[in-house]
Amino acid sequence: MNPVVNAPRIAWRVATVADVIPETPRTRTLVLDVAEWPGHRAGQHVDVRLTAEDGYQSERSYSIASAPEDNQLALTIERLKDGEVSPYLTEELRAGDQIELRGPIGGYFVWDVSLEGPLFLVAGGSGIVPLMAMLRHRDSALSNDDVPARHRVPARLLYSSRRWDEVIYRDELTRLAEKDETLEVTHTLTREQPSDWTGFKRRIDRVMLEEMTWPPSEHPNVFVCGPTPLVETVAATMVDLGHKPERVKTERFGPTGGAV
Amino acid sequence: MALISRGFRGRKRSADVAERLPPGQYETRDFPVLSAGPTPRISLATWDFSLQGADGKRVRWTWDEFNALPHSTVTTDIHCVTKWSKFGTAWEGISIDTLLSEGAAKGITPSPYVMARSDGGYTTNVPLADLMGAKAWVAFGFNGAPLAPEHGGPARLLVPHLYFWKSAKWVRELRFMENDSAGFWESLGYHNYGDPWREQRYAGDE
Repeated sequence: MNPVVNAPRIAWRVATVADVIPETPRTRTLVLDVAEWPGHRAGQHVDVRLTAEDGYQSERSYSIASAPEDNQLALTIERLKDGEVSPYLTEELRAGDQIELRGPIGGYFVWDVSLEGPLFLVAGGSGIVPLMAMLRHRDSALSNDDVPARHRVPARLLYSSRRWDEVIYRDELTRLAEKDETLEVTHTLTREQPSDWTGFKRRIDRVMLEEMTWPPSEHPNVFVCGPTPLVETVAATMVDLGHKPERVKTERFGPTGGAV
Repeated sequence: MALISRGFRGRKRSADVAERLPPGQYETRDFPVLSAGPTPRISLATWDFSLQGADGKRVRWTWDEFNALPHSTVTTDIHCVTKWSKFGTAWEGISIDTLLSEGAAKGITPSPYVMARSDGGYTTNVPLADLMGAKAWVAFGFNGAPLAPEHGGPARLLVPHLYFWKSAKWVRELRFMENDSAGFWESLGYHNYGDPWREQRYAGDE
C-alpha cells in the first residue's frame, strides 16, 4: 500500500532564454535561466507553455538535456514538420525572450551515479536528449581523475541517427568518450553514411545489442528513448536477451510510424 | 496573467475541436505509445482476469470465459497527460458494471477504492464510483481489431474520462480497497485522480 501523495503544486515559472545553440539542421538547444528552479534529476522533463497575444495557449513536454549540476537549464528541441510549438521554439525564440515552464516532471525514467551497475543507453534521434542529461550528470558527478569511481558505473551509448549531420551533441559525445575510458559511444547511421564510415549502418537489431550491451549477470541499468518502433524493438530484445523488464526503462515519442 | 510569448500565434482551432479539448491538450490523429518499460508478451492460454474483494475473496475468468461475457462498444475521446488527445476512438470490451454484477453474484463485495494491476507490475488507483455507470471497461478491441500489444493488448482498462495513464495497459486484476492507495505514476509525482478537464496532471494540481 502506497500512501496517496500530498505535494505542493508544481508552479509555472518564467524562463529567460540565455542562448540558442544550433545542434543539427532540425534541432536547437535553448539554454534557460529559470527563476527559483528547484533542481532536477537526469531523465526528467518539463512542460512548456506558450501564450499568444489573444490569450490562446499551447503546452508541450520536453526532456531536460542539462545535468542537475549545471547552472542553467537546457532543452533540446526538434522542429517537427507541421508542429505548432516546436517551429516557434526552434526558429522564432532568441536570447532575452521569455517562456513559461513547470517541472521537473517524471520520477521513473531517471538515473544518477548512486545507482549500482553499468549504464546502457540506447537512443534514436532526439531520444538522445534525456540520455545526454544522464551522461552529463555522470561526467559532472564523477571526478575525471577518480577512475575507480567511473569504473563502478561504466556507461555505453548506442545511438541511431539517419545521417551524420543529424547526430545531436556529436562533438560533445566524442569529447566525453575520448577523455573517459569508461564511456563508449557507438553510432549507427541508418540512411546515409560519410564515405569513410566504418561503423554500423543499419537499424538497431538483436546482433548489435548483443554485441554492445553487458550480459544480464552484470545487471546493467538500461534506458531506451526514441521513436516507438525503435523502443519496442530494443526493449523486447533486451528482455529476450535475459534482462529483467524492470531494468529496462523506456520513453517513447513521435508518431507510431516514426523510424530512425 | 500568463506571460505573452513574443510572436507566438499558435494554430487556431475550430470551435468544435476547441470544445472537445481539455485545457493544455492538443489533438493528434496518431495513436502514440507511452509505456514505462518493455511490452509484456502474454499468452491467451494463461491469461486470466480477476476481481478481488478487500476481504481477499476472488473471482477469476479465463480468456474464453471473459470473452463470453456480454460485450459493449464505446466510441470516446481519450486524453494523455503528455498532452495529446485523440478523438472518437472505438473500443470493444466488457463494462466494469458487468464485471461488478458478475462478481456480486459470486460473493465479491465492492469497496470504495480500486487498484488495477497489470502484467509487468504496473498499478493505478481509481475510485469505484469512476468505474461504475457505463464509464469504464476492460477493452480488448480497438477499431474493429484485437487491441495491439503496445497499446495494452490483449486487454486494458479503459477509463476515458480520466487521463489515460489510469487506463492501465495489460490489466489482469481489479482489487477493491477500503482505503485509497497510490498506484505507479500516482507515487511518482502524478495526480491521484487525474481529471483532464481540471488539468489534474501532477500531484498538487487542484
